[in-house]
Amino acid sequence: MNNLSVDHLIGIKDLTREDIELIFSTADSFKEVINRPIKKVPSLRDITIANLFFENSTRTRLSFELAEKRLSADVVNFSAASSSVKKGETLIDTVNNILSMKVDMVVMRHPNPGAAKFLSERIGAKVVNAGDGTHEHPTQALLDAFSIRENLGSVEGKKVVIVGDILHSRVALSNIYCLQKLGAEVMVCGPTTLIPKYISELGVKVEHNLRKALEWCDVANMLRIQLERQEIKYFPSLREYSMQFGLNKELLDSLPKEIVVMHPGPINRGVEITSDVADSKQSIILQQVENGVAIRMAVIYLLASKIER
Amino acid sequence: MEKQVILNKRHFELTVNRLCYQLIESHNDFSNTVLIGLQPRGVNVVARLKSQLEKILGKEVVCGNLDITFYRDDFRRREKPLIPSTTNIDFVIENKNVVLVDDVLFTGRTIRAGLDALLAFGRPNKVELLTLIDRRFNRDLPIQADYIGESVDSLSSERVSVEWKEIEGEDKVVLYTPESNE
Repeated sequence: MNNLSVDHLIGIKDLTREDIELIFSTADSFKEVINRPIKKVPSLRDITIANLFFENSTRTRLSFELAEKRLSADVVNFSAASSSVKKGETLIDTVNNILSMKVDMVVMRHPNPGAAKFLSERIGAKVVNAGDGTHEHPTQALLDAFSIRENLGSVEGKKVVIVGDILHSRVALSNIYCLQKLGAEVMVCGPTTLIPKYISELGVKVEHNLRKALEWCDVANMLRIQLERQEIKYFPSLREYSMQFGLNKELLDSLPKEIVVMHPGPINRGVEITSDVADSKQSIILQQVENGVAIRMAVIYLLASKIER
Repeated sequence: MEKQVILNKRHFELTVNRLCYQLIESHNDFSNTVLIGLQPRGVNVVARLKSQLEKILGKEVVCGNLDITFYRDDFRRREKPLIPSTTNIDFVIENKNVVLVDDVLFTGRTIRAGLDALLAFGRPNKVELLTLIDRRFNRDLPIQADYIGESVDSLSSERVSVEWKEIEGEDKVVLYTPESNE
């Protein structure tokens, strides 16, 4: 087994455990590469990649762009705010126009769930989903699991709680799939209004008390409250949310064992996590960002090796 | 598949010993010299040279392993993706004398990639090449070794395999000839 079973990275749901392990072992090599004096390898010299961001992003877009450049690919960037999408062009037309310029791979973030799958069925280029609405964000889940593996030795058998806005979170769904495929136990924790009704069918535990959840887990992944996706109020106030579901130093220090604290970013300091926790030694938030580049290099490298000449 | 042993256990040992003394001749006490083995099989040669050199010199010889997967020129020209091995160079190469080490020198393409990969770690003072087996007259690129264990004349359809007592159970070098060439 040394080839991905998929031609595009749409979601973790489509991947096998072997795929994920192949991505991890490849990312190990790339992590070594990005810590060299010269952090660039020439593997993808003849590949052009388009980053299409129909939704705002800082970390993910920079991380993908850096990953592509460190593999020596040519990169074109596109963001919806400054493009013809505003003039009424459809997704397919936009992408086909870009593909006519001979692009081999498309990295896309889009506000609509399923956008990446839709695209992958209609174009010849390889598609990497960088987040499609509230559906999946596969590279984030891969880098989260990779960071857990790095800190705790393996993911198998570990207990991970995902705290916060599960309803609107693509990170949560991808994380659940990824962690379960690697043999971890997953729990979600948050206000009833932000937990999807049938989530337990995915085989995850549900808990509404943060302290109990934290006492159970080895790793806590604190998600951001996605105010931009909430059309109605799901909880009375941010202050109340923060009191019930925010992680502060006092709570962290009162736990029976040292847990690992993760956050996919961007952090709302003082809401889901306080500054002293975010900057504490138990937090691996910046390590996640570093691993993000290595994971994305691995995904792009493995998919690019499937591009026919 | 016809088998022909090119180096047997005794010759293998003599050859490794001779290479060690040749290295000492040009690098003295190895104070500014490092050995770098190319993954995957050059690493075995380095491990053997290291233990032998340390026995002779009575001091540590700095060694590393270099993976050249991302520098190869056949990416996307094969069915399967090229899967990397580990690189392990935890010292500075800047201004060092580097001896690149591989088990078999054939087309020279691996060495070309190795030279490229090496430069990502700094600017060495000098780079030399050591190979246990040199398959002469098979080069695709203008690359020659400075230290050669044994030269072999072979057809490109043939295969030369270096076997190690740590892995295959016995030190030897074997030339395999496919049936159709007999």
